[in-house]
Formats: sequence, structure tokens, C-alpha cells
Amino acid sequence: MLSRIFHIFASILILLCLYPASGLTDESLSMADRMYDAYGVELFGFVDTRWGTRLVDDPNEKEMSLGEGRLQLELNRYFDQFQLKFKGDILGDAVLEKADVDIRDFSLLFSPTDFMDVKLGRMVSTWGTGDLIFINDMFPKDWQSFFIGRNDEYLKQASNIIKGSFFLGEYALDIVYTPLFQGSEYVSGERLSYYNPLAGEIVGRNMILEDTKPNRYFSDAEIAGRLSRRFGGVEASLYGYSGFWQEPEGMDPADGKVTYPRLNVWGASARMPLWGGICNIEAGYYDSIQDDNGNNPLVRPSEYRFLAGFEQELAQEMTGGVQYYLEAINHYDNYEQAVPEGLHIRDEYRHMLTARLTRLLMDQNLTLSVFIYYSPSDNDGYMRPKFSYKITDNWLLDGGFNLFWGKDDYTFWGRFQNNTNGYMGVRYSF
Amino acid sequence: MKLKRIILSTLFVIMMTTPLVHAEELSVDDIINRANLASYYAGDDGRADVTMTITDTQGRERKREFVILRKDKENGGEQLFFVYFKKPSDVRKMVFIVHKHLDRDDDRWLYLPALDLVKRIAASDKRTSFVGSNYLYEDVSGRRIDADRHELTQTTDQFYVLKNTPRQPGEVEFSSYTLWIDKATFLPMKTVYLDKNGKEYRVVEALEVQTFDGIPTVTVSTATDLIAGTSTLAEFKSIHYNIGLKEDVFTERYLRRPPREVRR
Repeated sequence: MLSRIFHIFASILILLCLYPASGLTDESLSMADRMYDAYGVELFGFVDTRWGTRLVDDPNEKEMSLGEGRLQLELNRYFDQFQLKFKGDILGDAVLEKADVDIRDFSLLFSPTDFMDVKLGRMVSTWGTGDLIFINDMFPKDWQSFFIGRNDEYLKQASNIIKGSFFLGEYALDIVYTPLFQGSEYVSGERLSYYNPLAGEIVGRNMILEDTKPNRYFSDAEIAGRLSRRFGGVEASLYGYSGFWQEPEGMDPADGKVTYPRLNVWGASARMPLWGGICNIEAGYYDSIQDDNGNNPLVRPSEYRFLAGFEQELAQEMTGGVQYYLEAINHYDNYEQAVPEGLHIRDEYRHMLTARLTRLLMDQNLTLSVFIYYSPSDNDGYMRPKFSYKITDNWLLDGGFNLFWGKDDYTFWGRFQNNTNGYMGVRYSF
Repeated sequence: MKLKRIILSTLFVIMMTTPLVHAEELSVDDIINRANLASYYAGDDGRADVTMTITDTQGRERKREFVILRKDKENGGEQLFFVYFKKPSDVRKMVFIVHKHLDRDDDRWLYLPALDLVKRIAASDKRTSFVGSNYLYEDVSGRRIDADRHELTQTTDQFYVLKNTPRQPGEVEFSSYTLWIDKATFLPMKTVYLDKNGKEYRVVEALEVQTFDGIPTVTVSTATDLIAGTSTLAEFKSIHYNIGLKEDVFTERYLRRPPREVRR
């Protein structure tokens, strides 16, 4: 299967390489225009290479944190009644020493009635109001890509879903059905190191996490819904989710593998203009069904999550944002009692602040930004300074750092502190 | 009562059908109102393919291509904009929706397709560059008429020349600007901005006007930054008015599913 996809990609790539030879003579028609004229297909894509290195010694991981070449192709075709889309990457990964294919989108969109859109296939989905904090967005993420300096787009993973959207007067209802749970790409030790509570220390390739994933179609399904409506300038939404923890938050004592316990999430959000900026509030209750009111030490306990944020233009071409985030464990007394001796007990409340500063320079061709997560209760954090420079409309140069710190090894950001890295990338888009 | 209505509607018809009104009969407010309607409220709705070519000091060019859809909620009042980006590649398929208000800050949303993310954008400063060009947000969606004091300084055969001074000088980078408004079409053909020292620093100029569906429309214009030495050429194509755009095109639904009207 993989080799066949490679073959298709390779053929398209060869075609693309041959094309500019004739395309150069007529500058008014780009390759994409020709493709569109000949077949009615929109064709886009990019080639991207990026390299990163660890800035902190980690005996269990390679010094190289990122090393890859990537080709993305996107093909769209609009028909009268529907739209067909394909977007996929082929990737040569020097860190894991393997090649990979990542289908980012392969979907069909149509509207059976005036008030309904249906999208089915593989795609990225997002909702919620947080800036790089997700409460009610239970769609798969790839934090590993985010931590090593891939483009932000790769924070979201594509998944196989059916999405129905209903537009009834002022209300919009979205239902996303995932026939088979996918889960997020988590830090397993293979590429990035993490704190393993059983080992009691930061481990990496010497102790790669093994998980048992729900794998039965339809019975291990997920369903997520959002009902939203606008009241003047205020956008309000209600959310519901039934499925599993997106990361392995449970453990099977029989084989020592991590598991994905059942989870329901109920939440709400609002976003509105305020004081010349944008303010957002979001809350959710994570009902960890198998936690037995906090008495089950093998499953992450139920939690309340809360977020409030504000973003504003601080000066011309400069935007700043701040957020406050809270996680509160439900039935904390039970949880505290249940944690086996020798294991670290989480605080009842985890507080976190984030700050973002984005500055556009040189006619918006240079973007400098920094995003900081900082938890005063865990005494840890993660900082992402970044630049990206558009050399021309086609060439983009970017780079940055992923800086983790923590007083303790076992806290949320502290557990990644041996992964601090820097990276650079260059991309040619067509 | 009935008579009053007949007189009023007769007056209205006369007003609407009189092609050229003499300058003496038009007040400054009339001129600026008609210029505002001619440049930003043509038809009840409309579409255009826009190409912006930005030239920097070293002569390097960057191109922006987008489709713009507009719908007026009322003539001279609230408006809805839908901007669908086609080029360059890093912004392709991004969508920018603006709900323009007169009594408060506009509502703005930006859709990032790669992340399927609908971002809401603070819209406090309208005098920021639009997509890195020499055009500002305010050039695209219009500046509030009551933000400036207007003064008719000259009437030539072809133009009304208006000097405009901001009521809140601290909120803008100019000290005043002068408009050359075409007497026949009421389209502003040239705008020259003076900086705080009274020096010319920015010029926006209409280079070509064509008539579509009976509506005179600027099809080529430039914006030049005289200090930085950069300029932007804007070309408008596939212009259509009164195409029957529905209001729901300007909502989140169509961020994810661009309407038929924006496709090639």
C-alpha cells in the first residue's frame, strides 16, 4: 500500500519537475493554471526541508531532533454538486530513519439540502476558542510535531470522519462521527524523552511507551457535537464528546501497556470583542468514566477545565495575547488516597498562563513571534520563539526554538525538559 | 398625506435621474456622501477578482490574488465582506470575513484552512497594511465619513477637490488628505495624504475606470508610499454587481466551504 502511494507521488513529482521547462516560456500561465485548464483540477503543493538539534544533552535520544524532507501535494476538483479534495505528504525522516506518508485530506464535500453540509473522508477538524490550548476540541493532535519545529499545521492530525453540519436559522449544529478512535500522537520516548512515573525518571528510547489502542470499528467510535449561535458580537457554543482520552491516560497492569480510557466531555465557550480586543472563555468537564470517582489509580481522574483569554493589537503590526488556564481534579480526596505509594500525587489545581506576542516587519514579510506556556503551580513552562521570512512569494525561511523547563521532572512541561531544541527550515511552494 | 408621498417620490425620481448636478447646488456633505456611495456601496452587492502587485524599493515584486465579495445591509450603512485568497501559496484558501459596522469596531474573522481554524481578529487599528500591500484596511472597506471634517477647496471642470482633516488626529498617521472627486461619477480619482509635518507621503490614484452593469468602477489603481519608495498596483477583474449574494455567505459555514461566487 505504502509503496503504491509512493509510486503515485513520485510520478506526480516527476511530472511537476518536467513541467516548468515549458512553463518558463510563458510566465502568465503557471503550472497550476495549466493543470486547471487541462483537467479542471487545482494543483498546489510545496517541498520543505527542516533540521533541528537538541540543545540539552539527553543520553537516551539522538542529538538531531528534526531532520526531514517533505513534499506536499494538494489536488482539488469542483463538480456541480460536490467538491473532491486530496492533500498528502510524503516524508523522509532522518531521525527515525524511515519514510512516511501522511494523508492530510482526502474528502468529499456536498450539500444534500440548503441547510446541511456533509463532509466525509479524512481531514483535519478544529473548534473551540483557545490559542494553542484545547478544551472542547477532542480531535487528534500531534504534539510531537509541534515540539520539534514542524509547521504549525502539523499540530492537527487528520482523521477519518463523517461530519454533518446543520444550519437552522440562527443556530449551527456540527456532528462529527469517527467510526474508529484514532487518538493523538503523543511523546512516547521514540523521538522525544519524557518522565516515566514507573521508572521515576526521564526516559527515552530506552523505554518507549507501548500502548493498546481501541481497535474495533463502530464500537470504539467517537462522536463529537457543537451547537453554536451568535448573539450580536458574541459567539456562543455548547459542546459534547463521547469517546476516549486522546492520549494514553490509563494503564493495564496485566501487560504494563498504556491504554486509552473512556471519556465524555461536556463544555461551553464564548468569544466576543471587548476593550478593542477579542476575549474568549471556555470551560469543560472531562468525565473519565472508568475513574470510579477518583478511586481507580490506573485511570486519569475526571477534571474540570477552564480557560479565559484576551488578545489585542498593541501597536501597528504587533499583537499580544494572554490566557489563563485551570485544570481541577474532581473527587480529589479519593484520587489522593488511591495513588499508589511512591508515585507522584498531582496537585488538585494546575494553573497555567500563556502569553503570545506577534510582530510583523518588512511589509509583513518577516514575522517574529513568541508563545509562552508557564505554570506557577507546577513551576514549569515551554517557550516558542520563532521567525519566518518570505524571501519571495515562493520561498519561505523559518526557524525557532522549543525551550522546556521545570523545577521537577514529573510535571507537565518539566517532563520534556531534556528536549529543548532549535530548528531551521526552508520551503518552496508552488 | 397621499399628496405628500407623491411629491416626495416625484422629487426622489427627479433627484435620481438628474445626471449632473451643478456644484453650487451640492453641499460638501452631499459630495462626500455620494463619493462614499460610489466607491464603496455600488449596487446592493458585488464581486471582483483582485490582483495586487507590490513593488519594493529594490524593484522586487510580490503578488496577492484574491476574490472579494461584498453585500450592503443598507446603502451607506453596515456591510459584509468576504475575501478569498488565491495567491501567494502561504495564504491560499484563507478566508477573511468582515462585518463592517459604523457605530462600533468591525467584526473580523480569519479562516486558516490547514488547521481548519476560525480565528477572530481584533479590529481596532484600521490603518494597518492590508496583506502587506500599500493599501490599508480602511482603503478596502472605507473610512467613516464622520471621522473627518470636509472642506471644498476647489471646483474644477472635472473635479471637486476636498480637504479632509481628522477629528481625532491622534488615531491616524496623517494630518490631512485631499480628495479629487470626479464630478460625473463621484469616484475619488486621487487622494494625497500629508504627514504630521504637512509633507506629502502617500498617494492613492485611480488609473482606469470602466462601467459594469451601468456602474462606473475603478478597475486599476495604485497606492504609493512616497517615503519608503514602495508601491502597489491593484487590478480588478470579473466585476459583477447585484449578483444576489445571500447574507449567510458571510458566515462561518462558507469559511469552510467557499461559495460558488469565489471560484474561477
